Amino acid sequence: MKPTPLLELTGLRVEYTRPGGRRVRAVRDVDLTISEGETLGLVGESGCGKSSLGRAVLRAIEPQAGRIDFLGLDITHLKGAQLRAVWADLQMIFQDPFGSLNPRRKVVDIIAEPMMRARGATRAQAEERAGDLLDLVGLGRDAGHRRPREFSGGQRQRIAIARALAPQPKFIVADEPVSALDVSIQAQVVNLLADLTEESKLTCLFISHDLGVVRQLADRVAVMYLGQIIEIAERDRFFAGPAHPYSNALLASVPRVTATAEPRQAQLPGDPPDPADPPSGCLFSSRCPKVTDLCRTEQPTLRELEPGRSVRCHFPLNTTGIETTKEHADIDH
Amino acid sequence: MSETVLSIRDLKVEFDVPSGRLPAVNGVSLDLRAGELLALVGESGSGKSALTMGLTGLNRGPRTHISGTADYRGTDLVAASRKQLQTIRGADIAVVFQDALAALNPVQRVGKQVAEMIRQHQKISRADALTKAQTLLGDVGIPNPQQSARAYPHQLSGGMRQRVMIAIALANDPGVLIADEPTTALDVTIQAQVLALLKRMQAEHGSAIVLITHDLGVVAEVADRIAVMYAGRIVEVGTRDEVLNSPQHPYTIGLLNSMPRIDGPRPRRLAAIKGSPLSGVKRPDGCAFAARCEFVHDACAERPELAQRTAEPDHLDACFLPAEAKSAALRAGAA
Repeated sequence: MKPTPLLELTGLRVEYTRPGGRRVRAVRDVDLTISEGETLGLVGESGCGKSSLGRAVLRAIEPQAGRIDFLGLDITHLKGAQLRAVWADLQMIFQDPFGSLNPRRKVVDIIAEPMMRARGATRAQAEERAGDLLDLVGLGRDAGHRRPREFSGGQRQRIAIARALAPQPKFIVADEPVSALDVSIQAQVVNLLADLTEESKLTCLFISHDLGVVRQLADRVAVMYLGQIIEIAERDRFFAGPAHPYSNALLASVPRVTATAEPRQAQLPGDPPDPADPPSGCLFSSRCPKVTDLCRTEQPTLRELEPGRSVRCHFPLNTTGIETTKEHADIDH
Repeated sequence: MSETVLSIRDLKVEFDVPSGRLPAVNGVSLDLRAGELLALVGESGSGKSALTMGLTGLNRGPRTHISGTADYRGTDLVAASRKQLQTIRGADIAVVFQDALAALNPVQRVGKQVAEMIRQHQKISRADALTKAQTLLGDVGIPNPQQSARAYPHQLSGGMRQRVMIAIALANDPGVLIADEPTTALDVTIQAQVLALLKRMQAEHGSAIVLITHDLGVVAEVADRIAVMYAGRIVEVGTRDEVLNSPQHPYTIGLLNSMPRIDGPRPRRLAAIKGSPLSGVKRPDGCAFAARCEFVHDACAERPELAQRTAEPDHLDACFLPAEAKSAALRAGAA
């Protein structure tokens, strides 16, 4: 059975104008389907368009082209009351736990407000549920009487999570929600997010540059480069061996704790190109270790390589890694 | 054993804050050996930056109290005058900061900034300094160094700016290079380039490097030795392999277990350390980690000193608990 798509993006495009009038295409005609109950990890480096994509999905910024379908409803051009009604189902958690909470309000009010506004709850109902949510995220309901400044970064991120959950949304965009936290605190918040998405069957677009955190939380992984999705695959398949040379370099660049020091050469030379001035052909061709003449002239499409994995590359890497692991497992038994 | 370039004894750095006196560095003793890369690991507020800034005299002022000794080749950096520190900084001890855009002069061409650092400490003509600066920019992997030397910082990418910072730091072949989270603001593919550069520079220039970072992956890749800080004190120090493969302090064990990994088995939940790091001016009399420690027992009411507690003479830790109990827990965490 194919899971129902909760969210479907077709040809979504986001452009900005730079000072001086130059147009930059941050998101290049992205097609993407997110199924109900899944967490999709969206990874990529600074400037690849992952945050722009996340915001455009929520209509927090306006896409220049393309279409967003949410539960079968085209929300691309909704306005006013109709848009606000949909917004209650779409919530966001931001990276900065200091900038995203109103410092002048009590925590209970911050969490209760979306319920009163979007769901028509009375103040008493909303405050009661705000208390429940504070219990749920591990702060305890008494925390509601205090203000954001009295909390540490990790605690504030728990408040932001409680606020996002308050109107019982169907879909959450989490943009680098644990990136500002120290590793011991990050682990606490990652565990909380894992529990919440599992228990409340939440659908989540989890944007992060941290592949370790994405592996912990995502069911599928999508990699962006220069505004395009260049690979999308089921989590374990992806981490067993990416098919796109860029995904591969990204994964290989992550420093890891190994038993002995393994000095490595840097995987990719140079910097990513300016999105306002992308190379012709494949957008990765200027840095790709496997580039050919075809790559410089013809842009590859995102095509299905095997069930559960699509890649935008003329010459995808051999991804037999996961099968090999299985064979070894069989031999062990 | 190689020569010690910097010997720190009972260093304290305290700041006056509205609620009292904050012990950012609370008695640190540490030796830096010539040519080694020592990683100083810890979370926000653990005192790793306050320690190194204290050494270079960059955080001195009426609200800062610094005590102890830090002997750099016969000069005590703690007692040194402003003038002495000025001579030492840049020539003997250089610093690379996390935010290169803020650290560089925005209205001066980068080549000139490197040249200025050379002229600060060497008798050399402007033209010769600029030529030397261009060579240095080439050494740190900046393409077309002659042309790039004419660029302003904002015209360079984050990775390139960090390379300029490293060129400035190495301009006078310092004995000690302090790199404070040099790759934290960079993307992972660029981080890999800068780490490779740091390692190459360590080998070519022979500078001892103190790498301050919160990222254990980075540490595992480049460190020769590792010192772990918690609440202003070093809780464990040893060679890279000792600390990563047989960590002794429960905080080190917790940090390693709480890291999400991109390979190996994927636990359903990460083994998080409970609670939050200490903040504010109050410090417990006993072990500062006790409130978060899963092995806490009566002895922890007293403060454990950093001492050799294993068979390895270089591997010190500040925990009373016998190693066997902790290694059992470590295995449980890894499973």
